[in-house]
Amino acid sequence: MLEVRGLDLFYGDARALDDVSLVVPEGAVVAIVGANGAGKTSLIRAIAGMLKPRAGSIKFRGAEIAGLPSHRVCDLGVGQVAEGRQIFPNLSVSDNLDVGAMLPRARAAAHANKAKVYEMFPRLSERAKQFAGTLSGGEQQMLAIGRCLMARPDLIMFDEPSLGLSPALARDVFDIVRRLNESGVAILLVEQNVAASLSLASHAYVLENGRVVLEGSGDELLRNDAVRRAYLGL
Amino acid sequence: MIETMLAGAPRRALVALALLLSALVAAPLFVNAYALSVLILALYYAYTGQAWNMMIGFAGLLSLGEAMFVGLGAYASAGLFQKFGVPPVLGLFLSVAVSAAAGAAVGWLAFRFDINGVYFALLTIAFSEFTRILVDNWAYLGGSEGLFLHVSGLAGWDIVNLRGSPVMFYYVLLAMTSGMFLLCRYLLASRLGYYWRAIREDQDAARSLGVDVFACKMAAVTISSGAAGLAGVVYAFYYNNLFPETAFALSHSIDMLLGAVVGGVGTLFGPIFGALLLTPLGEALTAATDGLRLPGVKQFFWGVVVAAIVLARPTGLWPMIAGALGLDKVGLDKVDADEKSGR
Repeated sequence: MLEVRGLDLFYGDARALDDVSLVVPEGAVVAIVGANGAGKTSLIRAIAGMLKPRAGSIKFRGAEIAGLPSHRVCDLGVGQVAEGRQIFPNLSVSDNLDVGAMLPRARAAAHANKAKVYEMFPRLSERAKQFAGTLSGGEQQMLAIGRCLMARPDLIMFDEPSLGLSPALARDVFDIVRRLNESGVAILLVEQNVAASLSLASHAYVLENGRVVLEGSGDELLRNDAVRRAYLGL
Repeated sequence: MIETMLAGAPRRALVALALLLSALVAAPLFVNAYALSVLILALYYAYTGQAWNMMIGFAGLLSLGEAMFVGLGAYASAGLFQKFGVPPVLGLFLSVAVSAAAGAAVGWLAFRFDINGVYFALLTIAFSEFTRILVDNWAYLGGSEGLFLHVSGLAGWDIVNLRGSPVMFYYVLLAMTSGMFLLCRYLLASRLGYYWRAIREDQDAARSLGVDVFACKMAAVTISSGAAGLAGVVYAFYYNNLFPETAFALSHSIDMLLGAVVGGVGTLFGPIFGALLLTPLGEALTAATDGLRLPGVKQFFWGVVVAAIVLARPTGLWPMIAGALGLDKVGLDKVDADEKSGR
């Protein structure tokens, strides 16, 4: 579904991504793990069209999307739940969701989608009229996910969805990711919680200094000594 | 369109608006010439404050160069009238076009290179100054000695040529302010309005949701500066003289945004409320201290008021007053609060 080949990305002269290639098959959960500064967020932002890669190709469903502006990429069905939740604090929960449904692909079904999101996250429906800034951290993450779902993406890229959440809430978030995947959405998951994301992922890549240094199935990587030492502290 | 604008605005707010509008329509019958001139000024600042608020309040773009857009609009229609005899009723199209183009140019430069926040504000000041210096040295349009319009009688109602009594200017400005209010209401409830507020809140998040941030910001500066250009037409024909030093002055920009800041940035009615409150106060203060020879007392007063507002009510006075009158959450206050549009 998503195919990244030889992606190079620079911030000025600083290389952020170096010849990165990865594949997200239809309906899969693919994880990217790596330390801070390894280039995980840069990779997501490059795929989303928010950063322009210097070289390489990004294909979504066979069509080249590298260099497309982000609103076009979104409209093709690539959603993202950005790091740090990034909700709109002074808009109501309901308006936050509405902003997520204004792409051409989502407009017609906005009403039905909203009902679905409320069904999935009843807390959001209870708080529909509240300013989003008044929600708890966990609720804000639900809102960020719900808002992304409003555009009916076929692929969702999660950037650190459990960041700053309690272990119990983090479990909830991973549970949501799993449920979304079971409903047919492909997932690209960037997480600092390596154990949880690897056990969820069918395939995973280890990113170091902007390069893919290791890849394999989630289970393989979980058993890999280098991964265990570096990311799981074992 | 009308349904969209009325959606979520209960009777109470509509009645309040109708009362205010009736009072403003009837006002010229009851006030003397001096009070009328103050009201004209208040409406001028209400209108320009709304235009300015569209950028900062709706889309989060701080412009401190409103005077450039107004000044360009003023010079465009005044120049056409004076040099070619084109009536302002046609000239205003050039005014709006020139100002909108100037706004689009500044916006394109800024957003193309991702200049935001105070840097955008600095850019607008810089361009405002460029324009001032340019017009200052443009002898064809009078240069620093000013451009003067033929004054032919201050009575009557020659709308086509905008030659007439202050009462005519009052009603022209009242119509413009009302129209601007409706436009803002419509835009806020539109898809573009949602995009603007998303950008204002968090540009990056908006982009990640597929908002075309560049296009939406361009729309904000272009519409807002075009609207300011229209105010320039009235500015030119009401005063009958134009000087680059005053038309493009930074203080002119500040005067236009004060009402909106005091009333409430980002609110729909705040800029109108602020201008209607602040202008008469400032004029009254000038009149009261007239004999005392205190130059700059109005500016000093503005400074104190703004400092007090920023410290005590950073969101402006209107949200508080709207709440007290039970008019909040109805589209007179922040449309953000809830209220659904008929999308």
